Formats: sequence, structure tokens, C-alpha cells
Amino acid sequence: MNESNPSDPAGELAGEAARDPDAEMMVDGNAAAGVLAAIFGAEMTAVPGRCANCGHVHRIAELQAYVRGPGTVLRCPDCHEVVLRVVETTEATYVDARGAAYLVFERRERPG
Amino acid sequence: MARTLDWQLATVGAIRDETPTVRSFTLALPGWDGHRAGQHVDLRFTAEDGYSVERSYSIASEPERIGEIDVTVERIPDGEVSPFLHDVVVPGDRLEVRGPIGGYFVWDTSMRGPLLLVAGGSGVVPLMAMVRHRARSGDAAPARLLFSSRTSDEIIYRDELERLSSAGTGFGVFHTLTREQPPGWIGYARRIDERMLAEVLEPLGAEGWTFICGPTALVETAANALVRLGIPADRVRTERFGPTGT
Amino acid sequence: MTDRFVTRGFVGRRGSDQGGDLSSRTPPGQYLTRDFPVLSAGPTPRTPLDRWSLSIDGLVKAPVSWTWEQFLALPARDWTVDISCVTKWTKLDMRWRGVSVDTLLEAIDLEPSAAFAIAWSDGGYTTNLPLADVLNNQAFVAFEYDGKPLAPEHGGPARLVVPGRYFWKSAKWIRGLRIQDRDEPGFWESLGYHNRGDQWREERYSGD
Repeated sequence: MNESNPSDPAGELAGEAARDPDAEMMVDGNAAAGVLAAIFGAEMTAVPGRCANCGHVHRIAELQAYVRGPGTVLRCPDCHEVVLRVVETTEATYVDARGAAYLVFERRERPG
Repeated sequence: MARTLDWQLATVGAIRDETPTVRSFTLALPGWDGHRAGQHVDLRFTAEDGYSVERSYSIASEPERIGEIDVTVERIPDGEVSPFLHDVVVPGDRLEVRGPIGGYFVWDTSMRGPLLLVAGGSGVVPLMAMVRHRARSGDAAPARLLFSSRTSDEIIYRDELERLSSAGTGFGVFHTLTREQPPGWIGYARRIDERMLAEVLEPLGAEGWTFICGPTALVETAANALVRLGIPADRVRTERFGPTGT
Repeated sequence: MTDRFVTRGFVGRRGSDQGGDLSSRTPPGQYLTRDFPVLSAGPTPRTPLDRWSLSIDGLVKAPVSWTWEQFLALPARDWTVDISCVTKWTKLDMRWRGVSVDTLLEAIDLEPSAAFAIAWSDGGYTTNLPLADVLNNQAFVAFEYDGKPLAPEHGGPARLVVPGRYFWKSAKWIRGLRIQDRDEPGFWESLGYHNRGDQWREERYSGD
């Protein structure tokens, strides 16, 4: 555990786990798969997106996910800026995708 | 792959202890459309007064099993949900389930090439679905699981992995025990590192797929090491759990 | 609204002290907890104390900034308050030590048009409050929780605490207050959460 390195998530996650130490706490974009699929009506974790801040492209599953707060925040693993934010209220789901310069949805059917 | 993500009621069937702290639950789901190995489900737990929490659990069973799935859950002493699952739930209970969920961290036999699986603790669960799917389908491409656990008592699915790796189907298991090793232990005895991965990877080559699942630190160490060893980054799929497990 | 399925035997990790005179201290829709959950929208910032500062700028006659040593030299007091998070947990009698926002504002002169304070933090988080909501001992900048220095995962070295609002208004890792004449919805307020966030009026989402 390396708490002195701000880019090492193991430090803060160990602290979080000590207070909410339930198993199965997924912390990458796979954790947002359920809420994103419910909104978009399609599987989103394989969708690549370009970070509007640093330009790197990552699939949503590879983003760093913060899911236990008032909403879901997905951050770029390279520059840590916010790529996607999702809030589910009682009435609606809000999605802020300004942190994604673009998302890529392939059109052809996947094999298998 | 569009799916309606509605909550459905599953009935708990068999409950099986995998280790002293890890238990598997069979959930019968009448409206289940099937799943792909690597996907997970969300479970929702609601108290009498309306308080509710949700958790995600990887599906441990192979897609070839119809109408039911297994989830494998580690009991965390201070957890909000896992003590309930271990201490209160009995066969016949009903649980709310939503899914299957996930399209990135999935493998099936149509994805050609050798298969390298790297697991830390309860990260082995979605990889076990892949192992079981491979066994049921009769796939012959070589596959290897590098599995990190703290002690030999804590190796989830130990006997089944032993049986599958001895079945002559080209599947091998490599264990590493990071905290304590039994007398006469001949497996690895340290955290997963690049040298260990290089040894396990060597016969498989760089033309297949790699799936890594476990605590964040293990996943990042292994993914970075594999890329340095020449595995194309787009052939490495990862799923990070919290720091439970090894 | 359909009836929710109840999971047999599930209680969740909550205090057994529901109801009784404590129910009057529990805002609507909240559940009492004994834990102090860590909820974040991003990685924990780790600004070294020798580079930390707290500033007030914007519609003030002269901006002001305190180093960590200067901040600790300000008059501080103990605060025991109940805290409610919009994720439905309420924790009673949380003990903090910190500097009242009133004390901070004594160091500046507000422009006549000043009406709002935008709290901003390391890591990019912001939240907005009318000045009227932070004056008169309604808000403080805390540096200790439960008798110990505030831990980084809970917002240390210093965080804003506004007990009369849902906890998302209590900005962790606060570095400054920007005084404005116009309101500016913050990180959560701009994505569906209520602009004011009064837990006693259950102002969780915009439109509530």
C-alpha cells in the first residue's frame, strides 16, 4: 500500500475498504456497466472514448470508476480528469459526457 | 447486445462452501436468457423499512448451464452484505437479480487463440466461468490460470481446478501463495511479478487473449508487465475489484 | 409506484438506535449510521502542507490567503453536529474542530454585490452556497475529526462543513471560497442535484 503516491489508487482504496470493506467492490468502468446499459439500452463497457483533456482513448471498462458517492464518476486512467458523470435521481438519469471528446459505437455485428 | 435490465426474482438453490470464508450460491432464474463468461449480475437487498443496497457479483458458472447461475461471495467481517449472504440466506430464499451485465470483460471459445487468466483472490470468479465454459465446450486451445491466494486453505475452487488441470485438455493452473505455504509446497510463493508471468506465459505466446481480475494493485502490476513482455495491450482485458482478496 | 420486494432477513449495517427521540433528529428519508462512510468522486488529493493554502477571493476588496500555519493560528472551536449525506445516511453527534467561516470572512471586506460563495477544492470539486447559508456559525472549515487530524480520505487536511445541508455541500479538500454576485452550480448541483440541498426539506434533486 503506497499512500504517498497520488496516482497509486491502492492507498486510498485500502482506506476506503477499511470503512466499507464489503467484497465485490469493482472499481473500474465495469462497475458502471449496469447503470450505463440501463440508460443506453446497450452494452457500453467496450465502447472506446477519447478523453477531452489529454486525448488518450480508453474503453469505458478501463476508466477509473468512483461509484459510491452521489453519482458515478468515470475518470481517465492517464490524466485522472472526469470523462463521464452519471446521476440517477428519482425522476431521471443525468449524463455529462463533456469529458469525452467522442465515444465510438461500432456498427458491425460482433462475431460470436 | 441489447438487454432489458429489469430486476427479476431468483430462488436460492444449492449453497456450497468453497473455503472457510467463501461460499457459492446457485440462483435459479426462470426468465434467464443466458450469459457470457466474465459477465456479472447486480443483486439488490431491501430491508423492511425500504432501505436498500446493491452489489455486483461475477457469475461463476458456465453459460452452458441453463436457467441457473452460480455466484461466489467472500465473507467480509465488517461488510454490509456478505455477512447477510453467508449467515442468513438459506435455500428457498428469493433474491432480486439484474443482468447479465458486461460486454468488455467476456470470453467465449469464438475468441481464438491461447488463453491466459490471471487472478487474485476472489478475482478468480469471473475467470472460473471462462474455465468452465472452455471445459464444457471441449475447446482445445491451450489455457493457463495464474492464481494468487494468501494461503492454500484460501484457494477458491481448488479441487475443481486440480481436476480440470489433470484432465489432459491443455489447461494448466499455476498457484502462488503470498502469505504462507504448506510444507512441501512447490508452487510460487510471492506476489505476481513480471518474471512469474514470463514463465507462465512462455508456452502460450502472444497471439491469444489475457484476462486479469483481482485487487487493483495486482491487476495493474500484471497488465503492465504483460505489455512489457510483448502482449498487445488490446488483447489484455482487466477487471479491478477492491483490495479484498490477496 | 410498485411495492418493493423485501429481502427476507436483510437489515443492513445501520445503528439499532432508530426511532425514539432520535427519529426527530433524523431528516426525512434518512437512515442513522454509526459508520463514517467514505464517498468520493475522484482520487484523494495529497497536497503537502507546505504547499497548501486557503484563500478567499472574488468580490472582496482585497483577496486573502492563509498558509497551513497561519490557518491553524486562527481562532478555532469544537463543533458537535449531525451530518446527513444525500445517499441516505445520517450520523449524529459528529465531533469536529475547525474555524468558523465567519472568522475567515472577518479578514476580508465583501463588495456590496457579493451574494454567493463557491467553495473549490483540490481535485476540481466545487459546490455553491448563498452567503446567507454560511454566515452566523452555519459553516466552518474543519481540520480535526473525533479528536484527530482530519484523514485524507475524509477531506483532510481541511474540509468545509455545512451541517444544515446535505454533505455534498461540505467540500472535502477545500482550498478556497470564491465570492460572486451570481450563483454557479457546483459539481453535483450541475448534474441533477438540488441547488440548495436542505436535508430537512428533503431537497435532494433539482425540482424537489
